[in-house]
Amino acid sequence: MLHIVNKSPFENTTLASCLRVAGKGGGSALLLIEDGVYAATKNSVAGNAVHGVLGDIQVYALWPDVEARGIQDRVLEGVKMVDYGGFVDLVVEHSNVQSWL
Amino acid sequence: MNETTGGIEDDEGSGIVKKFMFVNRKAPYGTIYALEGLEVVLISAAFDQDVSMAFLDDGVYQLVKGQHTKAIDVKNFSPTYRALEGYDIEKLYVERESLEMRGLNAGDLLVPVEVLSSAAMGDLMKTQDVVIGF
Repeated sequence: MLHIVNKSPFENTTLASCLRVAGKGGGSALLLIEDGVYAATKNSVAGNAVHGVLGDIQVYALWPDVEARGIQDRVLEGVKMVDYGGFVDLVVEHSNVQSWL
Repeated sequence: MNETTGGIEDDEGSGIVKKFMFVNRKAPYGTIYALEGLEVVLISAAFDQDVSMAFLDDGVYQLVKGQHTKAIDVKNFSPTYRALEGYDIEKLYVERESLEMRGLNAGDLLVPVEVLSSAAMGDLMKTQDVVIGF
């Protein structure tokens, strides 16, 4: 299953809810987009939470959103970058998708 | 507007300078708040007021260096913060706790700022005549 988070983890509880429900779900993937990409930053409170699930689920971040926000040099190791085409591939590869709006 | 008084311009009230603080708390591209707030700050510069900007919570992300927005097809307005000095808006305050929670420090920001503790930020807010939040 693919989970998509598009809200900043610092002003909204969607990332926390997603990780609580899906963080230990082997075979699942999390895609961070829009302000959700801030969760992929090293040494941040949210980044530490994402770091904690990297061994259990695949975590991706949308590169255009990462680059727009200037956080490209501080992305957590283990978070994979995808472009818009990769976003589509992830949706196709997974049987279903939950967008944590 | 005043009634016309035969060219006498300095009516009571003109020349009063108030302390305005704009409080920025949103990340730059996920919502329109940051850009709209910046527009208002630039407009305020035309009124010769004592303007300062405070950056708290996700607002600190507005000032992060190295923003490249071409691929999301949105205007990169971050260079505008560097132009504020030219409008005599030189007082930029950033809350230390917000930076730390996000793994950032002043060196990651694209303009020189004064980093303040939460308490110092609160004290500074108290001294303002007008506080406007975005």
